[in-house]
Amino acid sequence: MMASSYSAKDEDGHITVTGPGGAALRSKKPENTAFKQQRLPAWQPILTAGTVLPAFFIIGLIFIPIGIGLFVTSNNIREFEIDYTGVDESSPCFNCSQNFSWNSTQPCTCSIPFSLEQSYENNVFMYYGLSNFYQNHRRYVKSRDDSQLNGHLGSLKQPSKECEPYAKHENKPIAPCGAIANSMFNDTLELFYNDPNGTKVLIPLRATGIAWWTDKHVKFGNPGDGLNLTAEFQGTTKPVNWRKPVYELDSDPLNNGFINEDFIVWMRTAALPTFRKLYRIISRKDNMVPTLLRGNYTLEVVYNYPVRSFEGRKRMILSTISWMGGKNPFLGIAYITVGSVCFFLGVVLLIIHHKYGNRNNSADISN
Amino acid sequence: MFRKRFPPEEERRVRANDREYNEKFQYASNCIMTSKYNIITFLPVNLFEQFQEVANTYFLFLLILQLIPQISSLSWFTTIVPLALVLIITAVKDATDDYFRHKSDNQVNNRQSQVLIRGSLQHEKWMNVRVGDIIKLENNQFVAADLLLLSSTEPHGLCYIETAELDGETNMKVRQSVSVTSELGDPNNLFSFDGEVVCEPPNNKLDRFCGTLYWRDKKYTLTNQNMLLRGCVLRNTEACYGLVIFAGPDTKLMQNSGRTKFKRTSIDRLMNTLVLWIFGFLVCMGVILAVGDAVWEREVGSLFQSYLPWDPPVNNFLFNAFLSFWSYVIILNTVVPISLYVSVEVIRLGHSYFINWDQQMFCSQCNTAAEARTTTLNEELGQVEYIFSDKTGTLTQNIMSFNKCSINGQTYGEVTDPLGPQAKRLDFTPFNPLADLDFCFYDDTLLESVKVGDSHTHKFFRLLSLCHTVMSEEKSEGELVYKAQSPDEGALVTAARNFGFVFRSRTPGTITTTEMGRPVTYTLLAILDFNNIRKRMSVIVRSPEGRIRLYCKGADTVLLERLHPCNQELMNITSDHLNEYAADGLRTLALAYRDLSEDEWEAWSESHRCADKASDCREDRVAAAYEQIEQDMMLLGATAIEDKLQEGVPETIAVLSLANIKIWVLTGDKQETAVNIGYSCKMLTDDMTEVFIINGHTVQSVRQELRRARERMIELSRTRDGGKESGMEGWGEAYFSGNGLRGGQEGDGTESGGGGGGGGKPPQCPPPPPPPPPPPPPPSPPSNLMDNVSGEFALIVNGHSLAHALEADMETEFVSTACACKAVICCRVTPLQKAQVVELIKTHKKAVTLAIGDGANDVSMIKSAHIGVGISGQEGIQAVLSSDYSFSQFRFLQRLLLVHGRWSYLRMCRFLCYFFYKNFAFTMVHFWFGFFCGFSAQTVYDQYFITLYNIVYTSLPVLAMGIFDQDVPDHRSLEYPKLYEPGQLNLLFNKKEFFICITQGIYTSVVLFFVPYAVLSDATQSNGVPLADYQTFAVTTATALVIVVSVQIALDTGFWTVINHVFVWGSVGCYFSIMLALHSQSLFRIFPNQFHFVGSAQSTLLQPVVWLTIALATAICIVPVLAFRFLKLDLKPQLSDTVRYTQLVRQKKRKPAGRSVGSAWRGVGMVAEGRLGARGGSRRSGYAFAHQEGFGELITSGKNMRLSSQALANFASRHSSSWIDTLRRKKHNHTHTPPSASGECSPAPSCVSGLFPLGPQKPIQLQHRAQSQLHLQGPAQAPSSSVLGSSAVRCHGGDSPGGWTLSLGSVQEALFGWKGFAGRSGASNSQGLPPVAKETSHIE
Repeated sequence: MMASSYSAKDEDGHITVTGPGGAALRSKKPENTAFKQQRLPAWQPILTAGTVLPAFFIIGLIFIPIGIGLFVTSNNIREFEIDYTGVDESSPCFNCSQNFSWNSTQPCTCSIPFSLEQSYENNVFMYYGLSNFYQNHRRYVKSRDDSQLNGHLGSLKQPSKECEPYAKHENKPIAPCGAIANSMFNDTLELFYNDPNGTKVLIPLRATGIAWWTDKHVKFGNPGDGLNLTAEFQGTTKPVNWRKPVYELDSDPLNNGFINEDFIVWMRTAALPTFRKLYRIISRKDNMVPTLLRGNYTLEVVYNYPVRSFEGRKRMILSTISWMGGKNPFLGIAYITVGSVCFFLGVVLLIIHHKYGNRNNSADISN
Repeated sequence: MFRKRFPPEEERRVRANDREYNEKFQYASNCIMTSKYNIITFLPVNLFEQFQEVANTYFLFLLILQLIPQISSLSWFTTIVPLALVLIITAVKDATDDYFRHKSDNQVNNRQSQVLIRGSLQHEKWMNVRVGDIIKLENNQFVAADLLLLSSTEPHGLCYIETAELDGETNMKVRQSVSVTSELGDPNNLFSFDGEVVCEPPNNKLDRFCGTLYWRDKKYTLTNQNMLLRGCVLRNTEACYGLVIFAGPDTKLMQNSGRTKFKRTSIDRLMNTLVLWIFGFLVCMGVILAVGDAVWEREVGSLFQSYLPWDPPVNNFLFNAFLSFWSYVIILNTVVPISLYVSVEVIRLGHSYFINWDQQMFCSQCNTAAEARTTTLNEELGQVEYIFSDKTGTLTQNIMSFNKCSINGQTYGEVTDPLGPQAKRLDFTPFNPLADLDFCFYDDTLLESVKVGDSHTHKFFRLLSLCHTVMSEEKSEGELVYKAQSPDEGALVTAARNFGFVFRSRTPGTITTTEMGRPVTYTLLAILDFNNIRKRMSVIVRSPEGRIRLYCKGADTVLLERLHPCNQELMNITSDHLNEYAADGLRTLALAYRDLSEDEWEAWSESHRCADKASDCREDRVAAAYEQIEQDMMLLGATAIEDKLQEGVPETIAVLSLANIKIWVLTGDKQETAVNIGYSCKMLTDDMTEVFIINGHTVQSVRQELRRARERMIELSRTRDGGKESGMEGWGEAYFSGNGLRGGQEGDGTESGGGGGGGGKPPQCPPPPPPPPPPPPPPSPPSNLMDNVSGEFALIVNGHSLAHALEADMETEFVSTACACKAVICCRVTPLQKAQVVELIKTHKKAVTLAIGDGANDVSMIKSAHIGVGISGQEGIQAVLSSDYSFSQFRFLQRLLLVHGRWSYLRMCRFLCYFFYKNFAFTMVHFWFGFFCGFSAQTVYDQYFITLYNIVYTSLPVLAMGIFDQDVPDHRSLEYPKLYEPGQLNLLFNKKEFFICITQGIYTSVVLFFVPYAVLSDATQSNGVPLADYQTFAVTTATALVIVVSVQIALDTGFWTVINHVFVWGSVGCYFSIMLALHSQSLFRIFPNQFHFVGSAQSTLLQPVVWLTIALATAICIVPVLAFRFLKLDLKPQLSDTVRYTQLVRQKKRKPAGRSVGSAWRGVGMVAEGRLGARGGSRRSGYAFAHQEGFGELITSGKNMRLSSQALANFASRHSSSWIDTLRRKKHNHTHTPPSASGECSPAPSCVSGLFPLGPQKPIQLQHRAQSQLHLQGPAQAPSSSVLGSSAVRCHGGDSPGGWTLSLGSVQEALFGWKGFAGRSGASNSQGLPPVAKETSHIE
């Protein structure tokens, strides 16, 4: 950015000024516009006691009720969580967790009894939760091919190299490719109500409506017209860890292949290493009976998904929801805290202002 | 410029009218090219230049890193988009600049000139002029190339040029052609001219040329006297012909336009340091996360391999950690965003435009607006601590006006009542049709006196009309134009003209005047020319009646000694008057005449002729001859000329010094002149505690003087602070005045009056009491003592002393003394010394310096100061060309600094604080996330968000703040100059502020990560789907971030114009619309692999929990900031806060009081400036006459007159024609003789410093103007008038020793009066004294 001290323009400019025709020069007076003279009308806010202190009180008064509302709502939500990893020897799933192999054909099942202290009204949501599972790892997150998942035939046969090393297996393209798909959660959970008279009643679980609408209808799509999936997926192979190919995930053609909702849910990666994903919905049958009665239940697990190797945990969660979602005590408490702090700060600042504040501030206004 | 370069020229051979011959040498054509690119070279060259910037290369490096898949944590476009944007913006700017350069090049290159081709003159474009061509120049034309003057229409082949463009000197210079060529008058002869010039190769020495002309087998030596250089303008010459020697880039003008030093502001340097720190910080973060990654990969990742294998080349955790480091460098690089540098440039550009657009810095007389010539220094204008100012043309207009005169003991021109009604300007036209309409005079008694025919008055003006070296030009009857060589003379002759003694014309032997309407022609017998030793000039004329009379004018010190003894009484009165004039800062001359008999004249004439012809010691002999006749003169009176200050100079200086800016005047002028100006522009005042003069000729004496001054300061301030005003003060004063007088007397002895004003006069006051024994001098005072010296001191340093003071071992001593003074004046300073002084302060005080000047002699100072300001005034444009800012009036400086500079600084600081804050808040979230994603360099946000955050979502609001923000309106910052101080102390952006900013940013990032983390980890949508998926988390955090930083900028913005509103709201709106668009289905359908976030925005933003999270995060981020700011404002308000608050309340009350205060105050200032208020008593010689010797000879030789050939012939015989040589020799001598030999202002070396002017003592009275002013203004305006008052409190000097040393007691009394008054006003208003008033009234 060196500047040459000579510029022809300067030499030139001087001529026009000093030249004989100087009188006829147009005035170089800058325009008198508010913009150029920096006189644009402006609002000039200033932090005075009159504006700041009320602001604190108002924030306090808004936040505290919201916080109380949230807290109460959150407390009204029923939530039940059970860890079925089988770490302890006493755990019914201990055996299953021990003898693990991705390829074992013999399914290992275990059933965990539990009881609900309260009855669950309305729809009940069943989640599976994983801990210490790094779905948010950079290499993991990017290991997918959205184009393939959207049903593009080209990508189906030629997965993106982001999927490496799960792009091809035995020279066949993997569908769906990538580490995310490869590590799909494949435990099967079933819930039985232990009737007081001794019978086990299977509770019907709905497997649809658990994915985002945009995921199901926009982001994911089966190749071709989706009618004959077996044919469409011809020439591809299943992910290495999977037991069955993607087109056999479900019998319902609208929930099979890439648009299988369990698959979609898994593919929406979690932000944090401890996460839960929606597994099933227990729809409420009629208004009179609670969805889940108080009593004893049995969770039947087809234990496929190994987590012991990386010290992960598996949970099953049952929860009801409200307008603001599931149980979330933090939000309410945080709101109450912040609101109170604001209010308190307002009081403190008011005292400080009255005791030590620069009163001259207002004294010299009127002169 | 990629011009083909031949091996360097050793010598240049040019043959006139022979293009073929000259073409052999491939000399540069006259086409100049200042542009850098053309259409083809633009892209590669510009890109190459841009990638030389470290920042750009760094981002290029990042871009390359991102292309490595194992490292790439971000898509390549997150870097390339901003980088491309930056490159494009810069390229567009460069292209525009270059376009204008092309345009101006073209304009210059296409100028027409007349070239002699094949014997006829043809119009040719400048760029087609070739070396060896003969071109014709006409009057007032620019010289197209460096020419050898061949012939001219003027006699003797003379021509006149103005070299203002080249060296800044406005006086005309004479060039003469070689005698043989001067006879080739017309084109035909010239066409046959085939001389060959052999000369030096192109160089940049403006004052040197050597070459030889070979023509007709003869050799003629060529010098600079024969050259017309490009950039000069031909004046007073009808036409001339010249041979092109150097063309285009070879001309001396172009050779001189070297590349200038690139100036950086202190904020720039700080910013660069901080950026380096941030890089260090970035590396630390990277290392921490890489270590984390190593640990994680070893402890967890290795176990997790079945789900997430390593990328192929990675085979162990250490290598993975190494890659992770680079990945984190990529994603954390946004702490130093590329947009920082661009934004800073844009903001500065905006500020520069505001300077250019400012109407209040537009001078309508000269039709010049202020111009910011560099756009990179604006914020430094808000940090200036020292101003170095030139005098002539900067503080003064370089216009002399005849202000007062004393004729035969009667003084005229006194405006009797300084507060009375404005006296009417005299109208001369009815009395004198030849009067100059621009002439101003207010005292009609003088005109009356002329009209009634008072003989003294007539003699007085006759002298003025005859005794001078002015040339007149009468274009039409009665329309006289005087060409005066010094502006003083012009003023005097014009005065005489208006009072009826009109100088009409002169020939070498006659002067024709119109006296009271009657034409009279005097025979000019001799001009006894001026020089710096004689300090006077005389003419000897023979009146039509045959009476021979010598008229003399000169410095009072010189002239009064040469009067006839019978003048004693008149002399006393006149010298009283002279002192009064001097005290007013006027430049005085005494006038006298002597009647000569024919015999005396004959005798003297003979002796003079002898002396003139003497070969040895001619000058001494001539001087002796002059001395001989200038004796026994009769005193006529004295004139007082006002060296007109530029408008508003005293107020500007007052305001700037209230803003704690120290002003040093560095002038080439004489001490007397400089001090006069110091007084008239209120830098020096009579109520200053003391004025020290450093006048020593040796290192020892300078050192001693400096030391003594410091001791004295400490002593005085101790007495001040000690509160023993009466006793000690009296002693101190008495002692020091005695000292001062001694100095004065010594000065008198050497005829120089280095401080003794009324030299040569009997003392008018009883001798001062003998000085008490001086207290034992303490050892050289430690410099830390000097820091808290109170009291107003001034230092006047002479050039020869300055030379010693600037020596290495004296520097610190000089700096500590000078910096304790409120005003410093250096006189007789060379351009180099000016620069040295600036450098001295730059290195020793680490302060921001500003140099302001208008002439070529200021260029060095302008270039070496942090900020150079050029006054685009009368002295050419050299200073302007090398300056960073230019405008036409000194007073605009206050607006430039206090308004634009202050705002720029404020805006830049706020901008930087916010900018670092927002980027830390943005980037550090990744750091926290690192701990939860296995240190895998996964970003928290969508990559598009990362790309757009800095360039779209958050750039405009902060730019708007950086460009438009104002804390207080402009007139307020002029009213309260103290508002300028934060900039000088560097309070608004420094390392501490930076740490506060980044701490706030990091705090925000913690909140922005952990609040969503805590809320979302368990939360679900209202349809049961968990919210803790990565995309929802990203959208929530990003939205919270945008909202938090927008609220923060809203808090930071103090001045919400429409633009701010549009930008702030627009950015938030923009964020949401762009995000919704990027997450839309249609984009996903086109590029499914690029837009992974499809549907996230919609589904996330519909969740109430998300909004509750954002609101919570915003509150947690903003509430503490709000609380801190409020506390700071409430408990420790800055002056600007108070002013702003006052402003707000005023606005609410709809009382436009603010403006009226400002204007009232400014109005008062005008009054103070308009009249040089009476200052009594102090005795200073006001003699100051800017005159060069040599012109007398020029006149009597008739060389500079267009005469009939006979008249010329008459004189040619009588005078030597080597006057140019004489002139040059004299000039040469003058500049090269040591200052002591010039004997003008240099007392004997033994002279030590003292109180400079010494006067009779009178009881000190306080001028009660300040108070009365207050009464006038009323209590409502008390705070601002106090600003004025403190500077306006002045003393009437009187008969007491140290007449102008202000008694402290009285000052305090005055201040008390003030406070009392203010208190009263406050009480009556039932309000306390405003803090502002208190603060300002302490500034004395």
